[in-house]
Formats: sequence, C-alpha cells, structure tokens
Amino acid sequence: MNWEVIGSYLPLYWKAMLLTLRIGWLGIVFAILIGIFCAIIRFYKIPAAGQIVGVYIELSRNTPLLVQLFFLYFALPKIGIPVRADFCGALGLALLGGAYMAETFRSGLESVAKIQTESALSLGMNRSQVVLHVIFPQAFSVSVPSFVANIIFLLKETSVFSAISLMDLMFTAKDLIGLYYKTTECLTLLVVFYALILIPVSVLGDRLERRVRHAEFGN
Amino acid sequence: MPNLGIEVLFKGSNMLRLLGGLWVSLRISLIAVGFSILLGIPLGILMTVNSKIIKAFTRLYLEVVRVMPQMVLLFIVFFGTTRIFGWNLNAEIASVIVFSFWGTAEMADLVRGAFISIPKHQYESARALGMNSPAIFTVVILPQTVRRLLPLSINLVTRMIKTTSLVMMIGVVEVLKVGQQIIEANRTSSPNAAFGVYGTVFLLYFIGCWPISMLSKYLEKRWSNA
Repeated sequence: MNWEVIGSYLPLYWKAMLLTLRIGWLGIVFAILIGIFCAIIRFYKIPAAGQIVGVYIELSRNTPLLVQLFFLYFALPKIGIPVRADFCGALGLALLGGAYMAETFRSGLESVAKIQTESALSLGMNRSQVVLHVIFPQAFSVSVPSFVANIIFLLKETSVFSAISLMDLMFTAKDLIGLYYKTTECLTLLVVFYALILIPVSVLGDRLERRVRHAEFGN
Repeated sequence: MPNLGIEVLFKGSNMLRLLGGLWVSLRISLIAVGFSILLGIPLGILMTVNSKIIKAFTRLYLEVVRVMPQMVLLFIVFFGTTRIFGWNLNAEIASVIVFSFWGTAEMADLVRGAFISIPKHQYESARALGMNSPAIFTVVILPQTVRRLLPLSINLVTRMIKTTSLVMMIGVVEVLKVGQQIIEANRTSSPNAAFGVYGTVFLLYFIGCWPISMLSKYLEKRWSNA
C-alpha cells in the first residue's frame, strides 16, 4: 500500500463521490415522487392509468438498470431524442426506483385495515383528513423497512453509471487502474468511499426502522 | 418513421448470438444460485443459534454484502485478488464467486428470517402433542419455513439474473456485450442498430425475469395465509 499514491488520488475520488451523490440524490427524490404517485394510482385502481402504471412497474422491475441505461443513452438518440449522460443517469435511477417505491408504498397502503378508514369516517373526518392523518402515517410506518432497503439498493445501483461514461467512483477507479496500475490502492479507496456513502444510510435506516416499529396498529 | 435498426437482428446469426449471450448470463446466475442455496441454508440455520461470536461474524458478513455494490465486489475479485495473490482468474469464474458470495448472504438472511418468523407456540403445541424434536422439525417447522422461504428465494433468482448484466464490465461476453459487438460491426450499414439491439436485449431480460417474478408473487399470495 502506497500512502502517497492514496493521498494524490483522494481529490479525484472526492469529486467522483460528489457526482455519485448528486445524481443518486436527484434520482432517489424523483423515485420517491414517482413511487407515491404510482402507488396511489394502483391503490385506488384508477381505470386505464392503473394498467399503464402496472406495465411500467413490471417492465422496470424485471430488467437490469444497466440495460435500461444503455437503452436510454444509446438507443433514444437514434430516434431523435438525445439525452445528456448525467440527466440520463438520474432519469434511469428515478424510473427504476419509482417502480420499486411504488410497490413498497402500495403494500403499505394495502396493509392498513379497512376498519381504520371506517372508524375515522364515523368520527366525522372527511376523506382527505382520513387519508392524511389516518391512512398515510400507518402505511408509511409499514413501508419503512422496504423503503430503506430500496434507498440502499438504489445508491448501490449508481455504480453502473460508469457504463454511460459518467465519471463516478467506479469510473474513476477503473480509469486510474488502467492508467497507473495501482490496483490495490484504487480498490481500497473505492471500498472506503462507497462505505462512506452507504454505512451512514444503513445506520440511519436501522434507527428509523426501530423508531417507527411501534407505530403499527394492533401489535 | 425513422429507421429503427431492427433489420440487423435478422442478419446472419445475430439473433442466435444474442441468445447465446443470454445463455452466458443465465449460466452464471444459475451456478451462483446453486452455490447460494447450498451454502446459504446451513449458514441461515447457523445464524439462528444463540452465540455472540457467530452473530458478530454473520452480522459483519451481511453488512458488507448489504453496503458494497456488486460491481465493487466484482472489481475486487477480478482485479484486486489477482493482483495481490498473483493468480489467474477467468472473468466468468470471478463472477460466479462474487454472485455466490452475495447470494449466500441474501439466502442466509432469508432462511434466518423464515425460521424466526415461526411463532414459538408452534414448537410448544407440537411438544404438548407428544412429538419428539426430529418430528417437530420435519412435520411442523420445515413445511411452514419452506412456504415462507420459497417465494422470496425465487425472487432472489430474478435479482441474480438482472445483476449478471454487470459482468460485462469485467469483460465477460454476455448478452449486452454481444449486442455492443453487433452494433459496432454494423456501424456503417445500419447506424441505428443501437435502438433495435438494445431494445431486444431489454425485452430478452424482461421475458426471462417476468415469469419468474410472477411465479414468486403467485406462491406468496397462495401461501400467505398458511
């Protein structure tokens, strides 16, 4: 292990991590929004829209992100829709994550017992109050474990961005190995930086899960 | 209507080559699934044992797999270990090692989850009926565990297949790489081949994974009230 080499690589990795975080963060925020939107459409079985959302969810859950990105990045320009690499990365992540989040939120919504809605209505709450104060909080607390798992999964998936020539951590490591053959140093830094991103998320997720566990009704 | 570059697929043996590439992905994931099941079940059972040392080690192992992207693991095994230990590793073998390492952890966690989800009263009731320990395990606990385990492990298979798309990054010639080669080879004759070829690869993955996901969902629904 050559510490001087590691020191000189640090700024490059730092820059790459910021890129990974920036695109990952954007993708995840949009994934959550798409997820909520699609989950509500699926849960209330809105005609036509429900089917379209269903097809979208199955398509993106059953294909790898790498293939989706290749399609977005290399195929769409051929039919006249050019896409910038960083936009493409965020879009791919958001679409993939949206499908996973939608399933997570939907199963959360489905787990709220019907009696909860009925009781709230009989207490004189109106529809939107029921949804906002009774259904959503309970549905969310049920979805939290798989919500956290999805976020970790999406952050890990950002490692395929290098394939569409985004200079993320993976790309930087591969590039430096190819240039200077300092394989051990490069890979060590790669592990350290991914751990820096993901261990805090994992720890925070565990804490969140423990906090909301007792919010479920009837346990 | 722009040219979608689908004609490339019917040129020569291009479609067969793509399917051959898909078979490489499937082969890697199936071998890795086999190893994951063989190693994951005993490890999962071991994890239900009440021992601090076992718990600490398995926790560390699971956390490493949970936090590290599979691509990083692939790089470590394919570039890192070969450099440190000076051996020669075939890219396909490296992928099987990584996916087995990953799958074993996932499988063990599923097995552990299935075992601890069986309520204690199941053991106690069986004991009260006068059953001995082997009988309790084979007749009462195992069937319930399998029902909880099977849909989730089938799901793991689809995740494994999807993740094998990463192996092209360490130079395994699988379906995506074959697609790339076909596009390169026909760059002048059909410049729009990327659309047709990547679209086809997308659909091939979907056709491969979707029925398996559906099976998993069906089994989960059918056995959920068992």
